[in-house]
Amino acid sequence: MAEEIKHSDIYDIALHHRFQWEEAQSSYVILFPEGMVKLHGGAGEVIKLVDGKASVGDIVAILKEKFPQAENIEADIIGMFEMAVGKAWLRQV
Amino acid sequence: MTQNSLGESAVQQTIQAQAKNNGVAANITQTQPLWLLAEVTYRCPLHCAFCYNPTDYDKHTQNELSTEQWIQALRDARKMGAIQLGISGGEPLLRDDIEEIVVEAKNLGYYSNLITSGVGLTEKRIQAFKDGGLDHIQLSMHDITEEINNFITNTKTFELKKKVAAMIKNHGYPMVLNVVIHRYNIGHMKEILEMAEALGADYIELANTQYYGWSLVNRSQLMPLKEQVEEAERITNEFREKSGSKMKIFFVVPDYFGDRPKKCMNGWGEVFMIVTANGDVLPCHSARVLPNMTFPNVREDGLEYAWKESPAFNKYRGDDWMKEPCRSCSEKENDLGGCRCQAFLLSGDAESADPVCSLSPNHHLIEKAIEDSKNPVLSEKPIIFRTDKNSKKYVAGDKERIEDFHALP
Repeated sequence: MAEEIKHSDIYDIALHHRFQWEEAQSSYVILFPEGMVKLHGGAGEVIKLVDGKASVGDIVAILKEKFPQAENIEADIIGMFEMAVGKAWLRQV
Repeated sequence: MTQNSLGESAVQQTIQAQAKNNGVAANITQTQPLWLLAEVTYRCPLHCAFCYNPTDYDKHTQNELSTEQWIQALRDARKMGAIQLGISGGEPLLRDDIEEIVVEAKNLGYYSNLITSGVGLTEKRIQAFKDGGLDHIQLSMHDITEEINNFITNTKTFELKKKVAAMIKNHGYPMVLNVVIHRYNIGHMKEILEMAEALGADYIELANTQYYGWSLVNRSQLMPLKEQVEEAERITNEFREKSGSKMKIFFVVPDYFGDRPKKCMNGWGEVFMIVTANGDVLPCHSARVLPNMTFPNVREDGLEYAWKESPAFNKYRGDDWMKEPCRSCSEKENDLGGCRCQAFLLSGDAESADPVCSLSPNHHLIEKAIEDSKNPVLSEKPIIFRTDKNSKKYVAGDKERIEDFHALP
């Protein structure tokens, strides 16, 4: 079951996980014991803003401003949070 | 070290995660050495009967790469896209320069992992690793009982491992346990999982023994019954559902009891690059058993040459090398014909289908191995432990027990 993501929630990168730009992949990645996931542009843009301070609502607002033409961006962002929390890449603070 | 620790679970996880969409890339980058395994030494204080290290490892304990050579290898691999670094062995802690290697790995942006038996890990060293930026430590555990731990490793290390586990946890590291499963501990699956939980493990890999190196020599003595493997998997699944814990459990299924082989190393020369103690560069842990192949070495060849140009790394890429029944098989993309080393070690033909496959003309060799493991005369033979003395015998050509596995009936 997908976690319910609220606008007031604040997340950070999970313990023992690392988020970084990977030149060889031309993308952001999340690294953790025994694995790596590669994030497409949009997904990377979301996780990049996760810093343990900005709320989900803040991140939605920032990305809406950055990508004014994108349709349904809010649903995509929430979807990304749901997946990342479900995969335990993020932890709530 | 343990044989599955760096292998399938990692790549499978990556691929599984990537297969989901929702903004995550749907395919992996092909032929890029994402994973660098540094087998920095073959020296080891443990003598595990299931070790996949080469039986002639003793040849390579005197000519280890220097610190500078390791650092250069790390730099070169990073340029080629390597991101996960495993520092392994043997027992890597027998080298006193792991601290330097860890610092360099951090500076280069690797996610680094020390794969250890725990022997030689002290408060001082673990603090240096933490300060230096080592990302995690994978500890091998053997059993819940002192008797089996000490028997299978041929050492008295049971109490030490418990202490090391606590040390790892206290330093804020994720607790990653690897337990190689064989006849002597497969009956303790539930207790092993409970022990892992009690130690606060975040990840546990239950790696059923695969048969290479020392474990192949001891195959009849180590192989559990199919029913035991099924029961172990059932208990694992039950534990996963019931425990409600956050511990991630990977159960690495033994291929002998399947009817299709594994996609070995996720494909030859696709994502894994191994640099061994003496500098040989390999696409898989046991590739040096293959006949008529010369592997590149970092002392003479750069890693870039090794990965891209060397005949060894190109030999089994793609499917041009395949014979029937693999060549025309509709499932060939799933497993790429399985493991070349296993095909050679069991059938004498490195290009044949992995005998694990029920479509292989050599599948009877697997059936015979399973029968042999039930034969009390064979299964009760003394285990040949991974010791320098035994290795010297293999180097000297005392190979009678290995030769058995090469001969086709």
